[in-house]
Amino acid sequence: MTIVHRAAGERFTLEVTLNGQRRSGQAEPRMLLCDFLRHELQAFGVHVGCEHGVCGACTILVDGIAVRSCTQYAAQADGTDIVTVEGLAQPGALNEVQRAFAKHHALQCGFCTPGILCSVTHFLRETPEPDEQRVREMLSGHICRCTGYASIVAAILEAAATMSKGA
Amino acid sequence: MKPVGFDYYRPQALSEAVALLADKGDEAAILAGGMTLGPMLNLRVARPRSVIDISRIQALKTISVSNNVVITGAGLTQSEALRSDLIAREVPLLAMALPWVGHFQTRNRGTLGGSVAHADPSAEIPLALVACGGTVVLQSRRGGRRIAAKEFFVGALMTQRRPDEIVTALEWPRTRPDAGHAFTEIAQRHGDFAIAAAACSLRLTKSDRVEHLSVGVGGVEDRPIAIDVSGFRGQAAGDIPANLSAHAASSVTPMEDRSASADYRTALTKVLVERAVNAALDMARLQRNRL
Repeated sequence: MTIVHRAAGERFTLEVTLNGQRRSGQAEPRMLLCDFLRHELQAFGVHVGCEHGVCGACTILVDGIAVRSCTQYAAQADGTDIVTVEGLAQPGALNEVQRAFAKHHALQCGFCTPGILCSVTHFLRETPEPDEQRVREMLSGHICRCTGYASIVAAILEAAATMSKGA
Repeated sequence: MKPVGFDYYRPQALSEAVALLADKGDEAAILAGGMTLGPMLNLRVARPRSVIDISRIQALKTISVSNNVVITGAGLTQSEALRSDLIAREVPLLAMALPWVGHFQTRNRGTLGGSVAHADPSAEIPLALVACGGTVVLQSRRGGRRIAAKEFFVGALMTQRRPDEIVTALEWPRTRPDAGHAFTEIAQRHGDFAIAAAACSLRLTKSDRVEHLSVGVGGVEDRPIAIDVSGFRGQAAGDIPANLSAHAASSVTPMEDRSASADYRTALTKVLVERAVNAALDMARLQRNRL
C-alpha cells in the first residue's frame, strides 16, 4: 500500500518548493495551505480573506496553476512547486504586470493584489493576447473593493500587449 | 474558519481509495478539488472523521471514447475538460456549460466528478449530464454500477451514491454532426451560483421539424431536472421556442431562497429555456447547412 496517512492532530514535516527554494515546515491535517505558507514559511504575501474560496485573495501558483490556497490543505501540497507573489519578480524589482499595475493605479489597499498577480501570471501564459471580456471573466474570481476593476483591466491589457510584443 | 480535525488519507490507486472508504463508510468524506468540500469543511458544515484525498489518483484523470459515449474520469479538472478538443467536438453541451462553472481559479482545481458527487442544485455539470442523458459511474469494494444522471440526483446535495461508493467517471453521449446545443444561466455575477440555468440539445429534419429534443433546467428545483418534451417531437421548429418555454415554466416547482422568489425562478425558467432553445436551433441549422 502506498497510502499517505496523517492522524488528526498529528504534526508532520511537509516539504515544498517555494519560490524556487526547497522549504519545509510543520503541518497537521486540517491546516489550510495558506496558513502553512504564512505561519510556517513566512510567505506573508499570501493574503487570507474569506477562507472558503470566494474572494480570491489567497490565490497562488501550485505547479504553475492558479488556485485558491484556502480550500486546499497543506498535506495535499506535499512535494509541489509553489509560487507566491514574493516569487513573481526578483526582490526589489517589478515584472511587466506589476509595473503596469503601478502605472494604472490598479491597487489601493493592496489586499487583493497578490492573488490577482498570481492569477494573471497563469492567465497570460495560457491567453497571451486576451480581449477585455476574457480579462474580466478571469477577474470575476477576485474581489477588489477599492478600484472598481477598470484600472486592473487596463493594467492587464497593457501588460499583455507589452509582453507579447517583447516575446 | 478552520475545519474540525480530521484523519487525512491520500491513496495513489483507486483500489486503495475504495478499500479505505469501505472501512470508513459514512464517517469519511472524499476530497478531490475541494471546491465544494473545502468550504464545507472550513465552515464546519461538514465534520467528517476522515478525509480521503483522491486528487493524485491518475486513473481518475482520463478521457476516453467508447462506442457512442465519451467517458470522463471523475478527477479531471474543469479546466482540463475545458481545454479538451475531444470534449469540444464530441460533447459540445459540456464544453458550453464549463465556462459558467465557478471562476478560472476554481475551475483549475474543481473536478467534474466532485461537482456531480456533491450535487449542488445550481451546479452546471450535473445539469449538462442530465440534459444530455448521461450516466454516473460508481465504484465500491462490492463492485461497480452505473446510474442514469436523471435518477442519480435526488435532492439538494443528495444523490443515490452510497457511503462506500466513489464517483469514478461520467459517461456523455457523443453528439451527432447535425445537432445543436446551448447552455445559458442567470447569476448575480458571472461565476456565482446560478439562480436558474437551462440546457438544450436538439436535431432537426430536413423539413425543419424537431427530430430529437432534450431540455434541462438547473437551480430552479432542488436538483437538475429534465423537462418532459415528448409532446414536442415532430413539431415545426419555429413553434418550439415559445411553446416549449411556456411548458417548461408551467411544469417546474421552483425553490424559494434569499436570492430569488419562486415566481422569479418560474419567470427565469421561461426566459432561459426560450434562449437556450433558440440558440440550439440556430446551431442545428448551421450544422445542417454545413453537412
